[in-house]
Amino acid sequence: MTSVLALPLAAVGEVGEGFFKERTSDTLPCQSGDALFCFGWAKDNIGEYVSPAVQHVELVAISVVLGFAVAFALALLAHRHRWLRPPFLLGTGVLYTIPSVAFFFLLLPFTGRGRDTAIIALSAYTLQIIYRNTIVGLANVPTSVKDAARGMGLTDGQILWRVELPLATPEIVAGLRIATVSTVALATLAVFAGAGGLGDPIYEFINFKTNIIIAGGLAILIAVAFDAILFAIQRLATPWRRTVMA
Amino acid sequence: MSALPQPLFASIQGAFEFIITPQSSNVTGGRTVGGIDQVIELTLTQLEVTLLALALSLLVALPVGLYLGHRGTGELLAIGIGNAGRAIPELALIAFMAAAIGVGLLNVTIALAVLGIPPILTNAFVGIRQVDRSSVDAARGIGMSEFEILRKVELPLAVPTLMTGVRTATINIVATATIAPLAGVLTLGDFIINENVYGENGVLAGAILVALLALTLELALAGLQRLLTSRGLKLKPA
Repeated sequence: MTSVLALPLAAVGEVGEGFFKERTSDTLPCQSGDALFCFGWAKDNIGEYVSPAVQHVELVAISVVLGFAVAFALALLAHRHRWLRPPFLLGTGVLYTIPSVAFFFLLLPFTGRGRDTAIIALSAYTLQIIYRNTIVGLANVPTSVKDAARGMGLTDGQILWRVELPLATPEIVAGLRIATVSTVALATLAVFAGAGGLGDPIYEFINFKTNIIIAGGLAILIAVAFDAILFAIQRLATPWRRTVMA
Repeated sequence: MSALPQPLFASIQGAFEFIITPQSSNVTGGRTVGGIDQVIELTLTQLEVTLLALALSLLVALPVGLYLGHRGTGELLAIGIGNAGRAIPELALIAFMAAAIGVGLLNVTIALAVLGIPPILTNAFVGIRQVDRSSVDAARGIGMSEFEILRKVELPLAVPTLMTGVRTATINIVATATIAPLAGVLTLGDFIINENVYGENGVLAGAILVALLALTLELALAGLQRLLTSRGLKLKPA
């Protein structure tokens, strides 16, 4: 693992019992010893977190886009062919259940260490949430609306893209928001796959509270930002809901 | 299966050997690692800390969620906690707990319960809220007390939603219990995280065991959900 923080090398202790890197607080560059948060150090070193944060955003964005593409395709298939629903639900459920850290290392023989492995595992985790919400959203479209569309002469494909999917957008985006926020949090574990992200500085100096608070705080901020962006997209994509609400 | 490349087959074989027989390790000073005894020990620890954290989550979240759901108040709180809970970065949570409060079973249990509380609270609230108000009014009309309404009418109807929350909580908890060795609780994750002690075979063995443990728990909870769902609800077409 590459050191991303401007800490003296002496701060990295030997690997002891279990995994803990033993380090005493006086070897850490914090004036107030065991303080919860050292503002001085944070101010001087905040720049070191930029590149892990950017990596984190990239990991999440790629994973969610990939997950969405697959889950959306599965949902459209299962929407048309009902018999596909039980196997798809089971398959995505199994992928959702396998803990990410385990998944990273199960993929190791196939994809090795690195970003690809992390992205596969993280996007696999998003499948169930997005798939289920898309199916539910499509199923909630009233039959009368579909009948009306058919009466106006729309084909099945037109009904799907112009009527059902727009009406299902709130549910689909809701699933996307849940998946994205969860993935931002989970991506801190991508460090175990050797994929960097904000887990990198956390893991590197795991006894240093200021470091954990900065990196963890940034992860939460990224989650909130993603959530706000997706919420804005949902409002833009469903203008009719705004007029109803007002 | 013959299509599998040789290295993959060899590593899977190595992982299973690691699970069954203790192997020598060059960093433990002659002590062997792995083997069925250690596998059982670490599995039980991971199960223990998972179940303790789940019990703590239920203890905290269930009464609050059921109460708020029954009263129909605090929607912002119940939903908000659920949304905020998803944003908690797992690695930062475990690391912060260990660094700020200390290592050990109790602290890890509390940290993991923090991940379990939000989905249980939100789903308990939503599950109770979505019970048809006319059913509740009918129950009140035939003279049931508020507690009876909750226990005999709302709770049975909320079981599917509530159990979805419990399952999500369990998945979060057991997954994060994998990194509990960072906070001094040696779970199966130790095989994964501590590669220099357990070697490549240990890492793959750990990953397989953790995945199996999570799937087993999920399967058990799915079974529990079926048992807890009243027969009347099962007859309803899906």
